[in-house]
Amino acid sequence: MLMMKDIDMLAFGLHREAEPAAVPAAPAPQPSAGLAIEIASLDKSFGERPVLQGIDLKIRPGEFVAIVGRSGCGKSTLLRLLAGLEQGSAGTLALDGQAQTGARREDVRIMFQDSRLLPWKRVLDNIALGLDAEGAAERARAALAQVGLADRAQDWPAVLSGGQRQRVALARALVHRPRLLLLDEPLGALDALTRIEMHALIESLWREQGFTAVLVTHDVAEAVALADRVVLIEDGRIALDEPVPLPRPRQRADTRAAAIEARILQRVLRQPQPADSEAPDSRWPQEPLRLGALRFAV
Amino acid sequence: MSTLAVSSRPALRRLLPWLLPLSLLLAWELAARQGWLSSRVLPEPLAVLQAFWNLARSGELWHHVAVSSGRALAGLAIGGGLGLLLGLLTGSLRLAETLLDTSFQMLRNIPALALIPLVILWFGIDESAKLFLVAVGVFFPIYLNTFHGIRSVDAGLIEMARSYGLSGWQLYRQVILPGALPSILVGLRFSLGLMWVLLIVAETISAQAGIGYLTMNAREFLQTDVVLVGILLYAMLGKLADVLAKGLERWWLVWHPGYRAQATV
Repeated sequence: MLMMKDIDMLAFGLHREAEPAAVPAAPAPQPSAGLAIEIASLDKSFGERPVLQGIDLKIRPGEFVAIVGRSGCGKSTLLRLLAGLEQGSAGTLALDGQAQTGARREDVRIMFQDSRLLPWKRVLDNIALGLDAEGAAERARAALAQVGLADRAQDWPAVLSGGQRQRVALARALVHRPRLLLLDEPLGALDALTRIEMHALIESLWREQGFTAVLVTHDVAEAVALADRVVLIEDGRIALDEPVPLPRPRQRADTRAAAIEARILQRVLRQPQPADSEAPDSRWPQEPLRLGALRFAV
Repeated sequence: MSTLAVSSRPALRRLLPWLLPLSLLLAWELAARQGWLSSRVLPEPLAVLQAFWNLARSGELWHHVAVSSGRALAGLAIGGGLGLLLGLLTGSLRLAETLLDTSFQMLRNIPALALIPLVILWFGIDESAKLFLVAVGVFFPIYLNTFHGIRSVDAGLIEMARSYGLSGWQLYRQVILPGALPSILVGLRFSLGLMWVLLIVAETISAQAGIGYLTMNAREFLQTDVVLVGILLYAMLGKLADVLAKGLERWWLVWHPGYRAQATV
């Protein structure tokens, strides 16, 4: 039963992938669709404990940026600051030149690690959450069709698989036509096949709608597969800002992607050694054991 | 041979649980007929049926049932309504919790039945005394479960709903209330059980109508068959209330995997 579903999704994913491939490969989102982000010397601390220190980051409209780092490095906090769910302690965070004051913005939507669907609302009503009554059902239906679940409109969230729930959550975010989509490890709990399928879906919808996307993930491969830029956060600071100049739609198992991924991973894994970022090669003999141990933590 | 065994097994299995009560009933009937059992202790089952039939035909039965049910429901409406309102209040507002919850927790530990002497002094022995007792009894289960239900609504869902533009009444109606509903319904089922217990006691103290009056009156005249009819009526009404509450759960919590009506059983 589960197998069938996975195969279904895979087939669906290939289909979605094939569609944008017909369009010229260069990403050409409408210039006004995405939101510009400008973060300058942003600090955030919880009580005495600093979580983010002196973050400077500019994200162009329509850019897809992935933020990677170890658990507890502050990457999720940065996303919550962007969403206005938290307030910075110092520094500035501006969306399209306007300071993010914590007020809810119509054009910013966040997708959480757990789908956070309301279990007492049917799939369609979950997507229509917060929409104005007029045409809400049609818009929700269209969004549901975009993620390939049109036939599940009247189901309860409890009967959906994890991947389907995240697709519904994606539809719920996109039905508001956000100009900035924040993704907080939305694929962390999904199996490998479903993740691949979701990558293709997110990429194609992003190319289609041209919103700015910020993805927080601990999976460097996922970051490289989706993003234009991968930003590494270590101990609350930006440690690396690596462009991913690969054509779209991205292919699986691209050797250039693998090289970029390896470079970022190497940077992440060297981190625990003393401050100098260029770790001496004499450290390498310990490496096989450390690599195995650390891959989990990343 | 084997087909017979297969076809008779489900029927047999359905009958099996009734074997003990039916044989007890038969033994009871037999004992009463043979005069081993005085009708002052227990009347024969047929006499109970007869009494039930006579009371039902004369309309007396329905009058008493209506009076008792009216009292029970009025007490539930008052006590349960207050419990729901105050539970929502203390669950939603920290200030209300600080102000009220400690007092409620103290009062909760007083059994409602311990209040009877005081209640008689306050209200005498008329209707308001009975309503008060039932209302006090059903208040706490609903209050506690509503409070707990509101507090245990997934904070992640509330955060999500806020970031999707819900606030105020919309947030309350679409997220907080449905999230608290399973717990509120548990409180309701507790209350329904307590409601009948308290009503029975209240009606036994004194009443001019109602099932309690029916049984106490019958006791005076040694009509044990009518007393048993009253006891059976309480049992049936209690069961009916529970079935209705379960139906409410199935209807309102249809989304909840734990309450979904099961196809088999």
